[in-house]
Parts: sequence; structure tokens; C-alpha cells
Amino acid sequence: MSDYQAVVVGAGCAGSVAATVLARQGKSVLLIERGSFAGAKNMTGGRLYAHSLKAVFPNFEQVAPLERKITRENISLMTKDANTTISFTSPELGERDVTSYSVLRADFDNWLSSKAEEAGADCVYGITVEDLLWDDKRVVGIRCGEDEISADITLLADGSNSLLSERAGLAARAKPRHLAVGVKEVIALDETTIDDRFMNNAGEGTAWLFAGAATQGHVGGGFLYSNRESISLGLVVTLADLCASEIPIYQMLEDFKAHPSIAPLIKGGQLVEYSGHLIPEGGYRSIPTLHRDGCLLVGDAAMLCVNLGYQVRGMDYAIASGEIAATAAGAALDDNDCSAANLATYRSLLEESFVLRDLRAYQHFPEYLAQTKRLFKEYPELAARIMKSLFCVDGRPVEPLRDKVIGPVKGIGLFTVARDLRKGMKAL
Amino acid sequence: MIRTISVNVDEKLSVDKFNIDERNPHIILKDNPSTAEVDKLILCCPAALYKRDSQGEVSFDYAGCLECGTCRILAQDTVLEKWQYPGDARGISYRYG
Repeated sequence: MSDYQAVVVGAGCAGSVAATVLARQGKSVLLIERGSFAGAKNMTGGRLYAHSLKAVFPNFEQVAPLERKITRENISLMTKDANTTISFTSPELGERDVTSYSVLRADFDNWLSSKAEEAGADCVYGITVEDLLWDDKRVVGIRCGEDEISADITLLADGSNSLLSERAGLAARAKPRHLAVGVKEVIALDETTIDDRFMNNAGEGTAWLFAGAATQGHVGGGFLYSNRESISLGLVVTLADLCASEIPIYQMLEDFKAHPSIAPLIKGGQLVEYSGHLIPEGGYRSIPTLHRDGCLLVGDAAMLCVNLGYQVRGMDYAIASGEIAATAAGAALDDNDCSAANLATYRSLLEESFVLRDLRAYQHFPEYLAQTKRLFKEYPELAARIMKSLFCVDGRPVEPLRDKVIGPVKGIGLFTVARDLRKGMKAL
Repeated sequence: MIRTISVNVDEKLSVDKFNIDERNPHIILKDNPSTAEVDKLILCCPAALYKRDSQGEVSFDYAGCLECGTCRILAQDTVLEKWQYPGDARGISYRYG
């Protein structure tokens, strides 16, 4: 007889949802988290696409600590001093099935784990799981210092820097090209100042992504999300490419903040937190083995993230993978058979779901980004040159519009631009 | 070649909430790690915990660690003797996240 039917390690999005769903099935569940509360160790850029959370908590919009409903989407191509931005706003962004919210994880995860507790899971905080318990080749629980806790099934939701997935023999240490490092400042500003600066209606917010000079030409980008009374501003850079940089990521962030298009947005704001985190960016091809006898891998630990430059997703996949893992684990517990063969349902359910369908669809994109460094330097500069030719008026006789656009494109090479475009389309 | 740095990350970290385990460092470096490997960590550690002074002397302080794991991914075998998560709810505690 095990201490618990299921032990879930890590109370982030994937772990808390998995624990909730298992507890709702009447299973005995332990959710164990190393932070002194759920969320204490977690960080997001942050925006949560809400669809998968809604599937588990239909009324979450009334009760969850959300910051702002995102109704403005900005994408920028940034050069050293210029910034070309597409801004899209529409009521449809805030409608039923497509809502997304800016969130801060300390409050959000704390709420989410309280739901697992309400559903009947035992939740403990401030305990670091150091190792797994084994019975031959089967994972049979966890070890925290002197304490051993046995379980019929162990779900590893310990995040992007997952030591336990390596311990479980499911993953090798992730490669630097498959991970990015994110840095973020939370900058406090009052609510109406944020409404005004970002042209947000009360309660509504902006998601803003930047390519180019934000990361000084390196593979990655800048981000800005408006929260209720703060702004989340930061950078994400692929580790493999950052290693070839001339300046450290924290200096990049400082330069980004000083950019003429960013400085006025944060003027008068006060830094209230500085954070850093690893982000899985390798996509489908970097996904480790997801199950073995007595053990499943979910969320960031399973590398379930997508970064398309205009869409950055991880938390919605984490939530869905937690739910799907709990379904598979629940069925395996009912069968009294948590063998790898029986837990393979998890992988097949995940493959059928939007989670792995999306990751499969975009599987070539991370490689495309890494190989097409023009996206981070030449193309933002191209956009700025075209814009300057449209908007800078000095009284000299005008050129035809065609020349204004084609001229700068020829600078890179028509063939190169067409090829990059075609490859990009193919990868998306 | 790493360019001159103007930002003081320690000041930024001073607004964060930490509960440092003074007796048990959760990250320990090997003796005399290679310059090229340490350079990676100077560039990638978001908390700027890996530093090299004008004499070329490398210093590291685990206090201020954001526990992201970047150094573990890049240099577990080359620079690091030990990398663990801090135990007993020690380390960074985000209030916003």
C-alpha cells in the first residue's frame, strides 16, 4: 500500500491542475512544492491564453487573480533607435473562447494550488524533492531529505530546469539551443497611467512583442505586458545564441529599457521585482520521453512551449498537459496498472490534443529562427528604412512608392527575402 | 569579448525577497574553470552572479541566485562542482512572478 495514489511534484500550472483533476476523481493526491507557497519560484512574461484553464475551472474569470484582459496586440520590429509597430485591437480578442489575460505567477499559482487543496489534494510547501524512489525500473515515489513518500504514480511538474526528469531517466540535460533565458522587471505604475500610456480601457491590457534590437540581433525578443498596476517588461534570448553575444542579458535589458520607444512607457515607474527563468523553446523535437513505469512528465518539464514571435505559449499547454496526464493517470490507477505500457495513453491523448498537434505543426520553426538571423537585424532595419522613406519629408522631389519599398529590399537581396519568407511560411 | 557593463544588477536584486541559506551554498564552482566556459555564464546568468574583475579574477556569489538553472544547462560539467535547488524554502521568493 503506497502513502498516496499520486504524488505531483511542483505546484505550477501543470502540477496544480493535475492534482486538482486527480483529487476530483477521488484519488489520494499529494502536491509538493519547493517554494514557501505555490508561485514563489515561478515567473512568466506574462500572458495566459485562457481556453485550457476554462476547461478545468469554468468560472475562473470571476475568481482567479488575473491582471488585465488582453485586447491590444502589438508587434514591433526594433532597430537601435527606431521601432516599427503593428498594433491590433478588436473586441474579438476579449470574446468568450479566445480570451487571454496578463498574469503574475505568485498570486495566480497560489490561487491555482488552493483549488487543488479544495478538491481534496494534500498540499505541502517549502519541501524540495531531491530524488525518486525506485522498485527496480519502476518509480515508486519521492525522497525529500530523510523522508520517503511512496506513490503508485509520480507526476513530475518541476519546471523547465527539471532535475527530476533527468533522475527519472526520461530526459537528458536540455541543450542550450533548446532553452532560452528570460529576464523580467515588474515596474509599478498607477492604474490610470497604464490605461493612458497603453490606450487600454479599464481592466483591459496590452501584449507587446519586440524583435531585433531588443536582443541586439540575437535570437529571441523583448516583451511587455500591462498588468493592473504594473508593467512586465523583459527579454528572452536563446542560450546557444546568447553565448555568442558581446553583452550579458542584463545589460541588454538595460539598453532595451533605455530605447527611445520604451523609455517613455516606463517613465516614473518603480522597479518592484527582478526575475529570471529558463524557457523551453526547442519545440516538438526537444520533447523528452514523457512516461515510464510509475511516472509521467508534464508542463515545462515536458518542454511544452511554443514561441512564434507573435504568439508565445506555455501556460495553456502546461494546464492542458496536467489535465490530460491526470486523466491518463486516473485511468491507470483504476486499472491498478501504472506500467509504462498502460501510461502510454498519456502520450497518445496528448498527441491527439491541441498540445502536440500545435507543437508538431510548428516543429520546424525553432530551427528556422536559429538559421534566419536576418529576422533579428536586417529585417527590422529594412522595415525602419521603408518607414523613414514614407514619413520623412524634406522638400526634395518625391520618389515613386515602388522605389521606396523595393530599394531597401534590394539591399538585402530580393531572392534572399523571398526565400526567408517562403521558409518562414512553410515553418508556420 | 564582453563589452563594458553599466548596469548594477545587485541593486535590482535588492528589491527581491530572498531567504539565503548562509551555511549551505546550493551552487559550488570547480577550481580554476576555463575562461571560455565562465564567459558563457557571465553573458547568460540573469542575476550577474558570475563576474570577472579587471585582473581577470573570477568571482561568484550564490546569494542573489534566481534558481533559473541557466548555469547548470551551460556548464554543469565544466564550471560547476554542484548545482542543487536550495532546500527548506530558502532562496528566491517571488512576490509578483
